[in-house]
Amino acid sequence: MVNDKKIRVLAAKPGLDGHDRGIKVISRALRDAGMEVIYTGLRQTPSQIVSAAIQEDVDVVAMSVLSGAHNYLFPKVMELLKERNAEDILVIGGGIIPDEDVPAMKEAGIAAIFGPGTYTQDIIDYIQANVS
Amino acid sequence: MDNDKIKKKKEAWQAEVEKGLAKRPERKENFISLSELPVERLYTPDNLTELDYERDLGFPGQYPFTRGVQPTMYRGRFWTMRQYAGFGTAEESNERYKYLLEQGQTGLSVAFDLPTQIGYDSDDEVSLGEVGKVGVAIDSLADMETLFNGIPMDKVSTSMTINAPAAILLAMYIVVGEKQGVKSDRLAGTIQNDILKEYSARGTYIFPPKPSMRIITDIFAYCTREVPRWNTISISGYHIREAGSTAVQEVAFTLANGIAYVEAALKAGLNVDDFGPRLSFFFNSHLDFLEEIAKFRAARRLWARIMKERFGAKNPRSLMLRFHTQTAGCALTAQQPANNIVRVAFQALAAVLGGTQSLHTNSMDEAFSLPTEEAVSIALKTQQVIGYETGVTDTIDPLAGSYFIEHQTSRIETEAEKYIRKIEEMGGAVAAVEKGYIQKEIQESAYHYQRNVENGERVVVGINKFQTEEAKPSNLLRVDPVVSSQQCEKLKKIKAERDQASVDRSLEALIKAAKGDENLMSPIIEAVRCYTTLGEICNALRSVFGEYEASVMI
Repeated sequence: MVNDKKIRVLAAKPGLDGHDRGIKVISRALRDAGMEVIYTGLRQTPSQIVSAAIQEDVDVVAMSVLSGAHNYLFPKVMELLKERNAEDILVIGGGIIPDEDVPAMKEAGIAAIFGPGTYTQDIIDYIQANVS
Repeated sequence: MDNDKIKKKKEAWQAEVEKGLAKRPERKENFISLSELPVERLYTPDNLTELDYERDLGFPGQYPFTRGVQPTMYRGRFWTMRQYAGFGTAEESNERYKYLLEQGQTGLSVAFDLPTQIGYDSDDEVSLGEVGKVGVAIDSLADMETLFNGIPMDKVSTSMTINAPAAILLAMYIVVGEKQGVKSDRLAGTIQNDILKEYSARGTYIFPPKPSMRIITDIFAYCTREVPRWNTISISGYHIREAGSTAVQEVAFTLANGIAYVEAALKAGLNVDDFGPRLSFFFNSHLDFLEEIAKFRAARRLWARIMKERFGAKNPRSLMLRFHTQTAGCALTAQQPANNIVRVAFQALAAVLGGTQSLHTNSMDEAFSLPTEEAVSIALKTQQVIGYETGVTDTIDPLAGSYFIEHQTSRIETEAEKYIRKIEEMGGAVAAVEKGYIQKEIQESAYHYQRNVENGERVVVGINKFQTEEAKPSNLLRVDPVVSSQQCEKLKKIKAERDQASVDRSLEALIKAAKGDENLMSPIIEAVRCYTTLGEICNALRSVFGEYEASVMI
């Protein structure tokens, strides 16, 4: 059966970080790959992100943080998603995330972390393979 | 040989070369620079027929300053070696500054954390997770006193990367100076204070453009009188480039912002030759070595022409584009990180050959985290090697006269002028930002670059060619998460100990000034003096000015 429903993605910048080159490039690439992309803009609190994800009924939340605040922000988003029974959403993260922080992120429920140098094609492939 | 003859001979030579291409093709069909400017096989005098030495190049220290802003350049003294640093608490950053000064660094450059940059105290809810991360946390004058403890403010120049709350941090610096016995007219340094590129590329805006421009011109006016050695703004292309622009866009959008600041100051009744000499600039040094050298020279010439022809500036210092450079953070790779040392060395060399006044060299581990002391030390020593060992500093602007460099210098100037004209037609830089035009142009370039890396058109060693598996560095710098609670404790203590009545009075006076048209610097200085916090001051201003709403588009 052909599923022609477009994958919906919320691209989000949690926290106060202003580095948005990466998230914008990825948003463009996901859109060019046929996905529906909603970009939140800067300075979103975890609860704003979770509300937007639920309201927009997205399949994926893609977050980017380069300020070092991921250890607080990423798990917080996961916690709020669980509270609102939305943990079926695939959540991925990227930015400047040191390797040693990755296990804790995965434990919190972030499905994958993409660091500097990642090809947008790899993110597209990952999403297509993991959205049911 | 005259130009016509050279041209004919060159054509004959090209024809000869092209005959051989079928058998021995070149690496690519088209050669283009990192910024997508065409690069020809060979440049000869016939590429420079329009160039007039006196008009376009001149002499160092003289209009149009293409060859440098000082008459002796690095024969007199080197650029200021200034590493951007700061993290955690004021105590930790103070230690790092003292370490850097001991290593031979000649100026300080303060990085603030994001809550400080966006005008929130460390105990604000939105600060959660961010305190002390990308820079030092400053909540009140007490933190600033600690930050400069034991650092002689009459001897060291300090650059502060602070924009929306620049007036507040400058006020704190002035008051700490007073306490050290250094009068404000002896203080030397820079505040970034460039809000326009925050809207288009860097993201730490607070207030809407109109009140933001007023704060900036208030700072210009105040410093002209009280802090005459202070660079009141550092008009920054660095972040525009980091966000993905080309070299041409970097020059164009930066100078367009510069024009907007000059116009705002003139409108506020200031004289161009009073504030003009204190405007400074900040550029990126990226990987395309020759293009970057040409870019710095082009920016210098174009700004001198704009200040002279358009604004009628007379003081030669108003015409000089003096600039700080930082090597391109976005060119650092997490793969094979030691290669970054080499990249940074070339970028730093380009900045020096381009005539920079100060330089920050990135550390090899910055694709992972803030740099370790060891990594910073290599980066700083890269500058010392260039300065003391390579010999490029012994003669001024040594690449001038290169057919290619001069051609690219003129090309970048011309292309940047086209953009500036387009921005003018939209109503200037503020309007262009509000329409999202600048953001869109930068995004387009960033996306195009990423496509080129992914399709192999643009080679990045270790990313899309010559990949190897290797272990990532393990000794990364970590900011201790207790910074946040320590900072909140300090804040509580300050609030308990200060004289609340003077704080309240200072905020009332500030709000009154903000509603009227009085210069905001004096009420801000009075507020910081009685330990009113940065968050309290910014909230008072938010209550009058409102906040900027960014338009989001992909």
